[in-house]
Formats: sequence, structure tokens, C-alpha cells
Amino acid sequence: MSSLNNFSLANALKGLENKDFSARELTQAHLDAIASADTLNAYLLTTSEQALAMADASDARRANGEAKALDGAPLGIKDLFCTKGTRTTAGSKILGDFTPPYESTVSGNLWADGAVMLGKLNMDEFAMGSSNENSAFGPVVNPWRADGVDEKLVPGGSSGGSAAAVAARLCLGATATDTGGSIRQPASFTGTVGVKPTYGRCSRWGIVAFASSLDQAGPITRTVEDAAILLRSMAGHDPKDSTSLKAEVPDFAAACTRSLKGMRIGVPKEYRVDGMPQEIEKLWADGMDWLRSEGCEMVDVSLPHTKYALPAYYIIAPAEASSNLARYDGMRYGVRVDGADLTETYEKTRGEGFGEEVRRRIMIGTYVLSAGFYDAYYIQAQKVRARIAEDFKAVFSKCDALLTPTAPSAAFGIGARNNDPLQMYLNDIFTVTANLAGLPGISVPAALDGAGLPLGLQVIGKALDEETCFAVGGALERAAGFDAKPDKWW
Amino acid sequence: MSVDAKIVRKIAHLARLGIAEERLNPLADELNGILHWIEQLGEVDVEGVAPMASVEDVPTPTREDVINDGNISEAVLANAPKTEAGFFVMPKAVE
Repeated sequence: MSSLNNFSLANALKGLENKDFSARELTQAHLDAIASADTLNAYLLTTSEQALAMADASDARRANGEAKALDGAPLGIKDLFCTKGTRTTAGSKILGDFTPPYESTVSGNLWADGAVMLGKLNMDEFAMGSSNENSAFGPVVNPWRADGVDEKLVPGGSSGGSAAAVAARLCLGATATDTGGSIRQPASFTGTVGVKPTYGRCSRWGIVAFASSLDQAGPITRTVEDAAILLRSMAGHDPKDSTSLKAEVPDFAAACTRSLKGMRIGVPKEYRVDGMPQEIEKLWADGMDWLRSEGCEMVDVSLPHTKYALPAYYIIAPAEASSNLARYDGMRYGVRVDGADLTETYEKTRGEGFGEEVRRRIMIGTYVLSAGFYDAYYIQAQKVRARIAEDFKAVFSKCDALLTPTAPSAAFGIGARNNDPLQMYLNDIFTVTANLAGLPGISVPAALDGAGLPLGLQVIGKALDEETCFAVGGALERAAGFDAKPDKWW
Repeated sequence: MSVDAKIVRKIAHLARLGIAEERLNPLADELNGILHWIEQLGEVDVEGVAPMASVEDVPTPTREDVINDGNISEAVLANAPKTEAGFFVMPKAVE
């Protein structure tokens, strides 16, 4: 039974339906795989007993003919999602042993559909990072290594634990969140599929907030169809999140094999950046050829404000974060570090509880929101954000979706790029625009580079048109025939 | 616009972040690097553009004004660093 963790989510669900194996066997296979993968540091906590109990309950439902959409599927949950009775850290020390007395809507939707929780996945602290090196619990290690090299690589971030766990077969799929690229960039670095849905598609209730106008939950899986299956369960209107959209959740999986004949795919010229590795340029051109052979027409388009997206993001996201993270004061939950008086207690609690990158972003956010700078920085960034959204609106009158690379590089070494925060921020150059405009995006693994590391292609769609992202993503997946997986060295 | 150790100390205080004295200058350098990069936004022509706070153009929904929760003080206090008799305990705020 040791290979049960190699199934795709779709095939595992078929196997369960055919009674080829039980949810308990499937769950145990994953728990065994997790137990032998401590080196990767993907899980912060494994909920073995609860997982087996959930699996048994699932087997009982199936025996009674009451199986639901995800019944018996073992999943990993990013530690940004509050899980009732299970410690939730957001990758930070400041929350201590915070144990939510409630369940996030998204994870609750998965359990309502019969899924099994394996545990909580490592991440950059408060989802701030592109390499997972900002976790207070140590970096996640990418299961992928360059050919013939032992150097440990980052899995991307902030959903690095989710991406590494999916790539290493430590779950059938995982929840993740994306504020500037935190689902799609780690998916690209680990040869997995990552979907950031339209803003408002998934409820943010019970997800620890980073930048509320940008944060969106989505799945990381090994196939496009799996992502479609998982997203359908995660999504849906929730009255507890005032930004949650009242929109029907379509059968995303049905869209994965939809014909692309006559579709117009935009190729934004501003995404051709200086210093982009030639292999990524080539992969992008291959992607265009694959889509042409499916009957798509490629259209050259321009998104003129692209270069301003990252700087705008690094005002808006820290501003929202500095406000959201004000709640960590050591009074009602989390760790308290006592000082001589109340102010010093706040300062010690927050100074010691937050890690370096989180402190840096709170400082930027506080500065750009402070008297005298608010208009020059924050309001200007919000106006530039409007310009970026207008760019997309104009382009989507000429095409149905956009094709771009997901990230400007393959996975890099742990410790190789963390001297300069700005260099790290550039990882999100192709993904951050979709967050600012609230659009859906998917990253699909499309090739290995010369060193044997995965590279992804991104499809950005119109608001609420995830189906086109799944259709184009599915076609890219079939054309690329990407079936590589990391050799088990851990 | 650039920040120095004095401004960093002021921002840190506004954010209630304790920062060690020897970190003030290095942090000023890091923040200046980021702020300098951010300032390119000044190039963008935003004449007549309304600031965008949300990508959604629907008005914020309202809910029925009904009691839908309550009597869960134990759950509310469960994660508190210090409690007493059903209250949060915090350092004295008024002398």
C-alpha cells in the first residue's frame, strides 16, 4: 500500500469509490510518508489521530452510500487557516499555542465535503515571503534538487509548506493563500499546480489576515483537474466575509477539458523583463505554440503600468498589514512579554514576537500611513492600483486570457537570496498584478530547466472566469506532458 | 524622502515595536532602499483617477441586526495569556 500517496486527488477519489482501498489506508499511507519527511519541514504539526478518526468516519459514510465530493481525501492545511482545536500559528512565534475555538470557512467547507485533515503546513510568517525562509519554525526544504547537486533549495513562498507537501506526496492537495503570488510562485518552484481565484471567490473568514484587499485562498495540487475539484469545495459565498462574492460556483473540473478553439490569448509585452533566463523565454514561446495548436489565436497586448505593480503592492500590502497586525498585542491571545508598563509590554511583546520581515513590513506600513505621508504614498499607490486594473480591463476587451511565465526564475538555494529584501520581492513580478486587479490566475508546471528544476506557466483570466483559466491550464498540462516528480532523497 | 535613526525610532513607537538601539541605523538603510524604490510611483499620471481600496464595485452588504452569538466567554478567554474571574488581565493602563 506504500504507493497510495502517489495518486492524483481525482484518481484517489475514484479508487475510494471503487473500494480499491479505504480512506483509512489512504490516510495511513500519507501519515507514513509524512513521518519519513521531517527533513523537508513541510508540516508544523500532524493531526494523526484526528486524521484516522476522520478517515474512519468517511469509510462509514461511504459504506452507507453517503459519500460527499471529497470523501476520504487526505489534505494538508496551510497554518494560516484557523482549525478548531488545532494549534494555528501563521508561521509566527507571536501566536504561541493559539488554538482556535472556531474553524475557517474554507477548511470547514472541505470537512463538510468529507475531506481528512493530515495537519498544518509551514509557511512564511504571516504569509510574508517568497522563499519560506521567514517562518519562525525554520525554512521548508523543496523536495526538488538540481541534477547531481545536494544543495537544499527553497520551495517558494509564502505557501511553501503546501507546495512542498504536495510535490513530495505528503498530501493529495493542500490549501494555500495568495496575496502577491504566494500560491502560484511556490507551485512553479515545486512542479505543482496552484490557483489563485478571483478576489472574493473563497471566504477569508478564519484565515489570519495579512492584506485584506489582496488575500485570497486557493488550492495547490498535482494536476489541473485536482485543483478544479478542490476549489469547487473551497469556494462559495459566506455571509461572515463581507467581501465574499455572491456568485454561483461552477463545475470547474468540467472546464478542464473544454475546447479552446477560437480563443484569443493575450501575451503582455511588459512581462518580457531584463535578465529573464532564456529557458523561461523559451518555455513561454512553447506555451504559445501549444495553445496555437489547440486553435487559439495569440494576441500581443500591453499592460503599460506593469512595472509599477510591485512598488504599489509594497505600499498597499504593508499598510494593510500594519493595521491588521495591530491586534497582536499580547493581551487577549498569543504570547505576552512583560515590560515595566503597558506601552513597554506592547513593545516587547511585538518586538520579540514578530520576525524580521514582519517587523520591516509593519514599519513600512506605519510610515506610509503616518501623518504627512498618507497622500504621497498610500493614496498614490491606490491610484496606481486603479491604473493597473484599467490596464487589465482594456486588455480583456481584446482577449479571453493572458499567458505569462509564473516566476522569473526556478527555485534557488536556501540562504542564497535573503541579504536584500528588494531582490526577494522581485519574485512576485509576474503574479502580483492579478492580486492588485483581483483576477484569477493559475500556475501549471510546464517543463524542467537545464538543471532539472520545474518551471511554471501562468494563465490570468477575467474576474470570475476561473473556468477559462482551468481550460487553458488543462490544455497546457496536456501539451507539456509534465510527469516529472522529485526523486525521494529525504 | 528618507528616514534616519530618529524617524525609525518614532515609527517603531507608533507601531509599538520594540527595536534594539543598534538596529535603528541598519533598519533606516533597509527602509530607505525600499522607500526609494517605491518612489517611482510618482512618475505615474494619476490625474482624475480615484484611489482604489477594493477591487469589488458592490456596496458593502449589511446583515440583519440580530443576536447570533454569545455566552461563549470561556471560548473567548481560552487563549488569553492571563485571565481572572472571566476577564482578561492586562497591565495597568491608567495611573
